[in-house]
Amino acid sequence: MSLFSLVLVNLGRNKLRTALTALSVVVALFLFCSLRGVLDTLDAAIKVGSEARLVTRNAISLIFPLPPAYRERLAAQPGVKTVSWGNWFGGRDPVDPGDFYAQFAVDAATYFPIYASDIDLILADRPQGPGMVPAGVDPKLAAFFEDRTGCVVGEKLFRRKGWRLGQTVTVSGTIFPGTWPFVIRAVYRAKDPAFGEEALLFHWKYLEEKGMGGSGLVGWYVLELADPAAAGRVSRAVDALYENSAAATRTETERAFQAGFVSMYGNVPFLIGLIGFAVVFAILLVAANTMMMAARERTGEHAVLKTLGFDDRTLFLLVLAEGALLTFGAGLAGSLLAKLVLEGSGFNAGGLLPPMTVSWGTVAAGIAIAVFMGAVSGLFPAVRAARLQIVEALRKVD
Amino acid sequence: MAAVEVRNVRKVYRRDAQEIPVLDGLSLDIADGDFVALMGPSGSGKTTLLNLIGGIDTVTSGSIRVGGDDLSRLTGRALARWRSRHIGFIFQLYNLIPVLTALENVELPLLLVRMSPKERRERARVALELVGLGDRLKHYPRQLSGGQEQRVAIARAVVSDPAVLLADEPTGDLDRKAAGEILDLLERLNGEYKKTIVMVTHDPHAAERAHRVLHLEKGVLSN
Repeated sequence: MSLFSLVLVNLGRNKLRTALTALSVVVALFLFCSLRGVLDTLDAAIKVGSEARLVTRNAISLIFPLPPAYRERLAAQPGVKTVSWGNWFGGRDPVDPGDFYAQFAVDAATYFPIYASDIDLILADRPQGPGMVPAGVDPKLAAFFEDRTGCVVGEKLFRRKGWRLGQTVTVSGTIFPGTWPFVIRAVYRAKDPAFGEEALLFHWKYLEEKGMGGSGLVGWYVLELADPAAAGRVSRAVDALYENSAAATRTETERAFQAGFVSMYGNVPFLIGLIGFAVVFAILLVAANTMMMAARERTGEHAVLKTLGFDDRTLFLLVLAEGALLTFGAGLAGSLLAKLVLEGSGFNAGGLLPPMTVSWGTVAAGIAIAVFMGAVSGLFPAVRAARLQIVEALRKVD
Repeated sequence: MAAVEVRNVRKVYRRDAQEIPVLDGLSLDIADGDFVALMGPSGSGKTTLLNLIGGIDTVTSGSIRVGGDDLSRLTGRALARWRSRHIGFIFQLYNLIPVLTALENVELPLLLVRMSPKERRERARVALELVGLGDRLKHYPRQLSGGQEQRVAIARAVVSDPAVLLADEPTGDLDRKAAGEILDLLERLNGEYKKTIVMVTHDPHAAERAHRVLHLEKGVLSN
C-alpha cells in the first residue's frame, strides 16, 4: 500500500457517490468543451481566409450585388494580380430539403487558379472533347470546363450523398427559382479541413444565363494580390474608386471577410462561453458539497490517522488529492469525449462553417478546469481535516 | 530513567467562558518496561492523561517527558513524527479503517517511514503474526470478530516498534474470553518485548494484569 493507493481506496469506498460525482464532472466538462468547441470552430472559420486575397462586396450588405463592369477596373488596380468572382446560390436538395449544403457559382477560369493551393482535385471525369482548360487551371478540370452544367463538389459532401462522377444532381433554386441540374465532373479535397469539403461549385456563366438573364451581377469579387503587404493600400484604393457610386464597395482581406460572418453571430460566442462557465460553476458546487460530505463522514478516521502520526500537511494533501484525482479523471474523460463526439459528428452547418472542432487547447483548458474544480472542492474538507483537533474528533467517534 | 515523567500537570478545558479543570497538578513516573493501569470514575481525567502522554493533547501547565523528550517543546509536524516513532495507540473501538484489509491497516503507520513497499508489507505481516492473525491478512475489519479487530489494532500499534503503548479501555467492547486474550497479548508485549504500557480501564480484572494500578479521582491520583 502507498499514500496514493490510500487515496484510491478512499475514492472507492462509496462507489455510487464517486461514480455520480464523476459523471456530473464528465457531463460538465463535456458541455464546457463542446461549447468551447463551437467557439474553436468559429475561430477556425476566421482563420481559413487568406491575408493575400481581398474580398470586395457591396458596402450595404452582402446580399446586394455588384455590377459586372467593376471587374476590369478592379483588375487594373496596382497590386491586384487576378480578379475572380462568385455568387451565393442558396439552393435546396429537392429530395431532402433539410439536408442543406452550400452552392457557389464561381468564375471557374480564375477561381480555381486562385484557390489551387487550398484544394486538391482527387477525382475528375474524363473529358469528351480535346480537354482544353484555361491557362493556369488544373487539366483535371477539363471535363468540368467542357460542360456548362458541370460542377465540382467537396469530398465530404460527395461521400455523404453517395454520389458518383458523371451523376446529375438536381437543386431547387430559392434565390434563383427553378430546377437546376448539375453534373458532377470533379471532387476536391481541402488541404486544411477548416476550408470545408461540403460545397458545390459550378460555372458562374451558367447562373448568369439561366438565373440572371445575362445581367452579370456579381455577389462578390476576390482579388488576388501580388503582395499581401499591400492589402490595406489596395482595399482603400478600391473602396475609394466606388465611394460615390450607386454600388459602393467594402473591401477587406478574406480573413476579415470571414470574421465578418462570424461577427454576425453577435454576442452568441460570449453567451456560449458564459454558459460553459456557468455549467462548470454549478457542478463545482455539487462536487464541493460531495467532497465535504465524504470528508465529514471520515472525521474519526482522520483523527486516527493523525494519532498514528500523519501530520496536518500529509492529511491535507491526502484529502485534496482525492478531489483532484476524481475531477482530473472525470475531466479528462469529459474533455476527450467532447473532442471525439464533436469532431466525429463532422457537423459543419451545411458547409457554412468548417467541420466542428475541439482544439487541444480547449481539451487542456477543460482538464485544467477539472483539476481546479477538484482542488477547490477538496480545499475546504482538506483544510478541515488538517485543522482537526484529535481529541475532539476521537471523543465524537467514541 | 523513567519512560514517562509527568510533572505537576494541570489540564483545563474551556467551554465558552467556563473553565473545566480535568487534571490538577498531577505528577507521576512510569518506569521503562512498566505496565500501569489507570482506573477511576468517568470524568476523573484518565483518558485526558493518556492523551497528554501520547502527545495528542497539550497540558495547560506542567510538563511531560516521554523517553526523555519534553513534549511541550514539540509542536505540529515534529510532534506528529514523534508520535509515529515512539507511541502506539490502542482504542476501545479499535478504530480500524473499514476499507483497508488487516494487512493494510497495520501498514498505515509505516507509510510515514522511508521504507520499500515490500519491507513495509513484511513488517506488517510479522506484526499480524505476532498477534496471532497471520491467516487473516487479507480480511477486512467487517470480516473479523471484535477480539480479532482489537488484535489488528494492537499489531498496528506495535508495527513501528514504539517504546510506549497507550491503551484506552482496550477490552471495553469485548466479551470476557476475547478480553482475556487481549490482556494476554498486552502482557506478552510487556514481558517479552519490554513495551511500557499505560492502560486506562474500568475493569478490575483487566487492571489486575498490570504491575501497578493508579486511581485517579477528580484530576488527582488517589493512591
